[in-house]
Amino acid sequence: MAEPENTGAGEGPEPFMQQLLNNPFLLLFLGVLFPSVLYTIWGIIEVASIPVGQ
Amino acid sequence: MSNFRTCPETGFKIDLDAEKLIKWNAVTGVVFLLVGGFFGLLVALTRWPSVHLLPADLFYLALTAHGVDILLVWIIFFEMALLYFCSSVLLQCRVATPKIGWLSYWLMLGGAALGNVVVLMGESSVMFTSYVPLKADPLFYLALILFAVGALIVCFIFFGTLVIAKREKTYEGSIPLVTFGAMVAAIIAVYTIASGAVILIPTLLWSLGFIPYVDSLLYKVIWWGMGHSSQQINVSAQVACWYAGAAVLFGARPISEKVCRTAFLMYILFLQLASAHHLLVEPGLGAEYKIFNTSYAFYLAVFGSMVHGLTVPGAIELAQRRKGYTKGLFEWLRKCPWGHPAFSGVFLSIVIFGFLGGISGVVLGTEQLNLIMHNTIYVPGHFHATVAGGTTLAFIGISYWLVPTLWQRELAMPGLAKFVPYLFGIGISGIALFQMGAGTLGVSRRHWDMTFADSALTYDYPAAAHLLMALNGISAVIASFAGAIFCLQMVLTIIGKKKAAPAELPAAPQAEAIQGHGHGGGLAVPGTFVLALVFLTSFVLYYFVNWKYLSEIWILS
Amino acid sequence: MAIVPIKGNWWNAPVERTEALWIGIALVWAIIMFFMMPYWHMVGNQNLSTEAYKVTPDAYEAKVDAFVEKYQVREEGDTGIPVVKPPAGGDVYLLARQFEWYPIVELEKGQNYRIHVSSMDVQHGLSIQPANINIQVHPYYEMIFNATPTDAGEYGIVCNEYCDIGHHTMLGKLYVK
Repeated sequence: MAEPENTGAGEGPEPFMQQLLNNPFLLLFLGVLFPSVLYTIWGIIEVASIPVGQ
Repeated sequence: MSNFRTCPETGFKIDLDAEKLIKWNAVTGVVFLLVGGFFGLLVALTRWPSVHLLPADLFYLALTAHGVDILLVWIIFFEMALLYFCSSVLLQCRVATPKIGWLSYWLMLGGAALGNVVVLMGESSVMFTSYVPLKADPLFYLALILFAVGALIVCFIFFGTLVIAKREKTYEGSIPLVTFGAMVAAIIAVYTIASGAVILIPTLLWSLGFIPYVDSLLYKVIWWGMGHSSQQINVSAQVACWYAGAAVLFGARPISEKVCRTAFLMYILFLQLASAHHLLVEPGLGAEYKIFNTSYAFYLAVFGSMVHGLTVPGAIELAQRRKGYTKGLFEWLRKCPWGHPAFSGVFLSIVIFGFLGGISGVVLGTEQLNLIMHNTIYVPGHFHATVAGGTTLAFIGISYWLVPTLWQRELAMPGLAKFVPYLFGIGISGIALFQMGAGTLGVSRRHWDMTFADSALTYDYPAAAHLLMALNGISAVIASFAGAIFCLQMVLTIIGKKKAAPAELPAAPQAEAIQGHGHGGGLAVPGTFVLALVFLTSFVLYYFVNWKYLSEIWILS
Repeated sequence: MAIVPIKGNWWNAPVERTEALWIGIALVWAIIMFFMMPYWHMVGNQNLSTEAYKVTPDAYEAKVDAFVEKYQVREEGDTGIPVVKPPAGGDVYLLARQFEWYPIVELEKGQNYRIHVSSMDVQHGLSIQPANINIQVHPYYEMIFNATPTDAGEYGIVCNEYCDIGHHTMLGKLYVK
């Protein structure tokens, strides 16, 4: 089974990215924020910006 | 207080409440797979020009039902089972609020049943997309909303279970990669369902006459926030199944947790942007919006998928090489358990999703290339490769392991099981290829009669297009047959012979420390690398061929 | 294994060479694909216009009727669909409704036209065959795009957005001489 080799992944403070990836609620927040802004809200602005014809 | 049992095969501690929820959601999903698959067969036999099975009204009805039952009901019910499994079982903790889990189950089942009944009544043949101003019966929208609310609640139960596991310290370190993948699916599901609520609630009110009009372009923007993102839930769940399959069948470990989890992070941030694929030939939307979103932000989410496409087989190769299969580039692959349906299901899922589904999806979603593909039957060709050949086949594969293990029964008709993933894979690949071919010749999707027999004017598709639609019909028969056998096997297994319990229960699985890959210089997984290069070559060639096709049509600006 | 938790600072473990190599290759390919799209906008000949206006179906239909009246050359078929020949470089007005494309137009190869399209009722799909040009048509929106036909012939206009029970009977025509 598992025989941990020396991989440099030893003790010490938890790396920042690892902390981020270990935080489900932060990831949930980002995962909802990004598409809501970049796709949904931007898309609504695009539609709303279509001018009225003559 | 929760009651637990220990799995006699894996040693996992299983919360009995979670077990019941997993089983009921999975079985319900498989029932709707059978129903939805049946509608799909009827559709394919109608689009086979010389068979032309259903009359027009029943065709559009069956097509609507097929879309709802497969794209939404089957797959999300199964994913709910996966969410419970990946949280409660893999983290060996009690599931959060099981009573609410049951409320959600009944909401989802009620919504699914209501939706099917309403569609069968004939006044709601609006397709799964239900584009306004086409109007369905108000109960149609209500059914989808009920289903969605149920699923959303289960997503929060999943997050609640993660909290419980952390608080009660039922695990050490970071959650397993498979749980992480399921979490990504749950995150995408929250955005998906919220988008659905935002658009379907006003549409319901419009269908009841309380709102005078819903803008059709706005509807599409918001609806596809649910429509395509729901398929991205599938991508994440399917990739989680790939890692799970590699683990249970080979004891394989991800070569690098950092690489795999970062690839999943690309999904979290960018996968859902691709909803814009469906908006590339609409009036008035700006090119910057289209390009940024359709590319999943510089194709970073596609990059994520390409990474998983290497890391999963790579993990298997590494595990195989450690077992001694080191001859040449591919002994590890030849010595894989090709007769085990869990392996063949997962492996075929990777190949079909990658080569057929992924490549065609990126091409379809390229802003300008969409002009020669939008709303042709190429589109269903693409998504049969991804949803049926990718996700459904991965779920079928994982079920062949999970169902006998969780229900503690012997697999029924095991000799047949060997062939099911291959048969299903061949059938679905046929559907995908032949539909894509017909779409390249301009055949339309969602269309009852490609001969235009009832039109005032005439147009003749080339003979090859008719042949391709016939081959699509035959492929659908093969796939449906295999799918039906799978459903039958699941039922027979669940009611069938109990497994003999082993004398001793295995120890509960513990957290692992990172293990080095043990390779000084050179590539640890050269065989996988070669396969990945084959994939990349196919991708590059097919991608540029389509730009060539595009350059040959009219000049447009 | 991917089904058990992972201890330690896994983020710091070095990345194996195959994966690092593939990551580099995949990133390069991703960037190439991304830049193909703006590149085609700059040098390619097939880009969909983003020009569109909000209109009412009645106002749009009036424009179509005026167009037909001005440039009609003949009729076709049992239902007497007008065939319209607009001047090269001019505006072409097409409308979609359940279940027809109106009118039939006759264009000249190699000439540019400003094509306007809108729907009178539900969404339709403008699918020009065999060129395989596919564009979405909405009610209350007038889309305008420039098109230069590159091949002479008789084209069919298929509807490829489901528009209710008569969807599959919806077929128009377009001539390029």
